[in-house]
Amino acid sequence: MKYNAKILSTDNVLLKNIGNIDPLKIEEYVTSGGYEALKKTVSMDRKEVIDVVSDSGLRGRGGANFPTGRKWLFTYNAQADQKYIICNADEGEPGTVKDRILMEGDPHQLIEGITIAAYAIGATKGFIYIRGEYRDSINTVNAAIKQAEEKGMLGKNILGSGFDFELSVAMGGGAYICGEETALIDSMEGKRGEPRLKPPYPPVEGLFGKPTIVNNVETLSNVPHIIVKGSEWYRNIGASCSPGTKLFMLCGDVNEPGILETPIDLSFAEIIKKYGKGTSGGEVKFAQIGGSSGNIFTPEMLEKVWTYERCCEFNVSYGTGSIFVCNDRRSVVDHLLTVAEFFEHESCGKCTPCREGTHRIKEIVEEFAFGEGTVSDLELLKELCLVMKRSPICGLGQACVNPVLDAIEYFKGEILAN
Amino acid sequence: MECRDGNLVAFIERSVAKYGTGRENLLPVLRDVNEEFGYVSGAAFIEISRLMDISIGEIHGVASFYSFINEENKGNYIIRLCKTISCDMAGKDKIEKTLERELGIKFGESTKDGLFALEYANCMGLCDKGPAMLVNSQLYDSLTPESVLDVISEYRRNIR
Ligand SMILES: Cc1cc2nc3c(=O)[nH]c(=O)nc-3n(C[C@H](O)[C@H](O)[C@H](O)COP(=O)(O)O)c2cc1C
Ligand code: SF4
Ligand code: FES
Repeated sequence: MKYNAKILSTDNVLLKNIGNIDPLKIEEYVTSGGYEALKKTVSMDRKEVIDVVSDSGLRGRGGANFPTGRKWLFTYNAQADQKYIICNADEGEPGTVKDRILMEGDPHQLIEGITIAAYAIGATKGFIYIRGEYRDSINTVNAAIKQAEEKGMLGKNILGSGFDFELSVAMGGGAYICGEETALIDSMEGKRGEPRLKPPYPPVEGLFGKPTIVNNVETLSNVPHIIVKGSEWYRNIGASCSPGTKLFMLCGDVNEPGILETPIDLSFAEIIKKYGKGTSGGEVKFAQIGGSSGNIFTPEMLEKVWTYERCCEFNVSYGTGSIFVCNDRRSVVDHLLTVAEFFEHESCGKCTPCREGTHRIKEIVEEFAFGEGTVSDLELLKELCLVMKRSPICGLGQACVNPVLDAIEYFKGEILAN
Repeated sequence: MECRDGNLVAFIERSVAKYGTGRENLLPVLRDVNEEFGYVSGAAFIEISRLMDISIGEIHGVASFYSFINEENKGNYIIRLCKTISCDMAGKDKIEKTLERELGIKFGESTKDGLFALEYANCMGLCDKGPAMLVNSQLYDSLTPESVLDVISEYRRNIR
């Protein structure tokens, strides 16, 4: 637990145990109420478990916000001799550390969530795909799996129910794109981790061609709580269209960087003030939310509460929940350059618009950084971004232009004056 | 061609036996070899190809895709400094300069004694504790010019 981040909130659900129990002692998790959900689950009908999760309104926390219950239903309904569940722990979105904290601080909460999901969809094999850099997470989760097996929470005939489930860790190879679910699946099959053309989608045809659920660590960590306390409890937390709590990470120019858990009933400005002790080094100029491909939020936008509905209305997303604060001494162009360099490196190169586009974007932003950019360069940049938003096959190519387009919209004058 | 190194062959045989010969075990095997020898040599490709029945071209395609697999011997200690935004804002530049000055090489190069190599990496999930870097698989966070020099000294001592 050497790398645990600072936890800024106190009224927590997912983070409740973190720092308060020894993650390597399953007894402590059990004493805190752990594995009650699994006990309840194995006495339930599989479809009933899915219904509870659907009713709760839980949405995926890996960035795409897809309703979790609906996804599970696809796999539940699919006919196959083998189904899989994969927990996506490839966390590579800059500014995002939540999955690491959840794995290192409370691994049994995650294992319990995965096992419940496996039961519901009928998977007998599961994997946690952890990014290779996270050695501590890998060791902690491996140790926790072993303990769960010894206690009969994993393996054959779980809790005497006749349900068998085998869980193991797969290690990522240091490629950001492997967080995309189909690239992740290819990587697990021993191939280059490049996104597949969709459809078919993984819930119907995934790992080794079998129906496969891919869910984020945070998504699955919510599941035991929903099963124990019920879908209504969950729906009553926060705004009705964005139920439940969400983990956010504060970084950049804030006085207190760290991780926090809150229902979606606070504005980002309030989060920065309440949990981050305010902006450091000046006033807030903008915040990029949801990692490198996240949208840029102006101070006015930060004042709003961004429920799921409002996000849809304004076509923005808070993605993984990282809040990257920039004060008024920061240059937008410098910020864009770091982001552009990131994507130039991380584009997997499978589709031409993304491979060439990320490279060209960096070149043009570089011109502005050197003070050589012109009005026509900026127009070209915008056009390029609009093309990229439409053409590539995966979310990287489509979303990496978001911050660039936002910056052009909100900070055109500053970019041209650079 | 490099000669067949008995040590390497035995290691790969053990690794393949541990994971199995299925295609899905290619990455774990590559990683094992990389960790043990610091890189995956041409000779290693040949052995893996023979034992797992995957063409060398295929293996190369996979190995070159993942930044964790080295295809050449870069150095005993590969230092990967995070150049992504949080670390950049937290003072990555100072660490960068300190490392270059101390080792007498630029990023992308290795020291003559083969001890260290300097590379950049993208975000490694220590954003709230930047600047951060990896030395082989060991993470270091909250770096300062002083602490990074301590890390280097420690690795130098280790070698002796
Ligand atoms: C470029 C790219 C990177 C992604 N990285 C991650 C990641 O690191 N972790 C994650 O959970 N989802 C990531 N996703 C989203 C996954 O494809 C997938 O939607 C998600 O794992 C589904 O889980 P959820 O429904 O629980 O959110 C990424 C998507 C894209 C396009
Ligand atoms: S959009 Fe980019 S990252 Fe995604 S598959 Fe195409 S080239 Fe690869
Ligand atoms: S930005 Fe450096 S670790 Fe995340």
